[in-house]
Amino acid sequence: MDDWKDFKRVFLTLATPGSLWMLLFFAIPMAFLFVLSFSSKAVIDGEISTTAYDYMNTFQNYVESAGHNYLVLLWRAIWTSAIATALCLALAYPLAMAVCFAAPRWRPLLLLLLILPFWINLLIRTYAMYSIFRTTGVVNQAFGLVGLGPYEMLNNTYAVIMGLVYVYLPFMVLPLYSTIEKLDRSFLEASLDLGATQAKTFWLVTWPLTLPGVITGIILVYIPCLGTFLTSDILGGPNNWNIGNAIQNQFLESNNWPLGAALSFILMYVTFIALMVRAFLAKRSTGVDA
Amino acid sequence: MSEPIISIRNVSKRFAGGVTAVDNVSIDIAQNEFFALLGPSGCGKTTLLRMISGLETPTEGQIIIGGQDMAFTPPNLRPTNMVFQSYAVFPHMTVEQNVGYGLKVTGVPAAEIKTRVAEALEMVKLAHLAARKPDQMSGGQRQRVALARALVKRPKVLLLDEPLSALDAKLRDDMRMELTRLQQTVGITFIIVTHDQDEALSMASRIAVMDKGAVAQIATPSELYEHPRNKFVADFIGKVNLLDASVLSQKGKTVTCETKAAGKFAIETDKTCGSTATIAIRPEKLKLSASEPKGAGLVKTKATVRDVAYYGDTSHVVADAGGSDLEINVQNDSRTGGSGVERGQKLWVSFNPEDALVLTE
Repeated sequence: MDDWKDFKRVFLTLATPGSLWMLLFFAIPMAFLFVLSFSSKAVIDGEISTTAYDYMNTFQNYVESAGHNYLVLLWRAIWTSAIATALCLALAYPLAMAVCFAAPRWRPLLLLLLILPFWINLLIRTYAMYSIFRTTGVVNQAFGLVGLGPYEMLNNTYAVIMGLVYVYLPFMVLPLYSTIEKLDRSFLEASLDLGATQAKTFWLVTWPLTLPGVITGIILVYIPCLGTFLTSDILGGPNNWNIGNAIQNQFLESNNWPLGAALSFILMYVTFIALMVRAFLAKRSTGVDA
Repeated sequence: MSEPIISIRNVSKRFAGGVTAVDNVSIDIAQNEFFALLGPSGCGKTTLLRMISGLETPTEGQIIIGGQDMAFTPPNLRPTNMVFQSYAVFPHMTVEQNVGYGLKVTGVPAAEIKTRVAEALEMVKLAHLAARKPDQMSGGQRQRVALARALVKRPKVLLLDEPLSALDAKLRDDMRMELTRLQQTVGITFIIVTHDQDEALSMASRIAVMDKGAVAQIATPSELYEHPRNKFVADFIGKVNLLDASVLSQKGKTVTCETKAAGKFAIETDKTCGSTATIAIRPEKLKLSASEPKGAGLVKTKATVRDVAYYGDTSHVVADAGGSDLEINVQNDSRTGGSGVERGQKLWVSFNPEDALVLTE
């Protein structure tokens, strides 16, 4: 690729439209939210305004965010996302390998089946799960036929995790598939030839060499899981809210944008920490660029 | 031959879809041989090598290594090690870890691994790069890592799949000598797969030439060159002029035949000829002269030079004799004048029929 410095005008022409878009709809709103998170609602004529703010005058929103209620929600988001991500990885790795070992003419079809759910709106898919697993749903009806149940399968953290795994599994499979598929088979053959068993070959060669795909998959699953609110609301109910539900609530229900903004930024910082851990691990473990 | 270290008995490999990659091959390879499997791409030589290593399973036949049938022995338990065409040096390990890998996974104690890895690296002259990662090394260095990694296991047989094909010409020559030296030092049987006849001729003690999955001939390099069994081998090993001949008569070992290029002549052979045969003669065994050559029994013909290609030490001349092309190699043994042959020149081409060979298949 040529250096952009040699073709400034071409570079500007290509880069400007997208950059403006990001500036307008990402950078400016984020800056506004950042300011808002240090602001309070204005008091006009002794009444709290619903639209006007006193800007940059308080840390109260962060103090409130760090309160027990919200920390519980944040912590729940962190660990449920971690479990969901781990389950996704455990299910996705064999699946990705299976697709890689399938005959080449079958692979596009298998990948298509995998991404087929994306063609249907997330809300519809989540409600479909809800209708299947609720106490009067098909699954419990089936149990009823053999004299069992009904069981309460929803409104708990497991239901949320199950929902997250279902929704985000393809995001784990796809990067794993592309890494495993690119992996030179002769590395595995060399390992076997040198006396390693299949299991040792997997842990000493396949796994470290596909780690970049594993890490990409983890990021693609863990980060959206952290901010989820739809799955936790529908399948988990109010007792299983995540931090995402609290943020949504502050913006849409309680009309407390400053607090919502502060919670959003805390969630973002958690995400950054997760990314930093990932960068640290990637550097230490392999030296292979992700 | 003493007890063979490897005995390949009637081995065939058919892939799904009906492709026969290896077709009823039998080869015995002795302890300490430098054996080459030579053939054009797609002749089944790599598949055969992979069956010896255990990475492919024969459809039929037996592979016996060191007296033991390998039918149910997976690659990790075979006394063979392979140097892969792509080298397959693990990119996430240092040179030292790569070379030690095969020892580590089989439970060799750490102290022993250390000394053996050091020895192996010394042998391939890479001791100073032990801590390097493969991406900081050249192709030639990576190949040495692959060699050391296989040799450190002290296999009964070392398998090399096109080991020199990815190196540039100069390095390839050095590596050829290096491989020959290594083979003599370690005293392990080497089996090398190559499509490059020069490589096979210069390194191997014996060569199996393969064609379409089958063995065309197994012989020493000079035997292959001077006594090819059929047209395929003659044509594949070195350059050769193949003259279509009609057989006029055969009396005992003497065949009288007629070719378009060189007319009628008599030639000795052990073979029984039908009505046609092919006369094979190497380009360096044809002589060019301006005046009619004298000598009893010489086969001679007039030819017009069509092309001269200069190669430094030799020039390759193509001359038209009676409507068919003859290739003649001329030694450029003086600094002035080169071959002295020019396009369009009419010259005599001659050869001694003892230097030609009658081929019937």
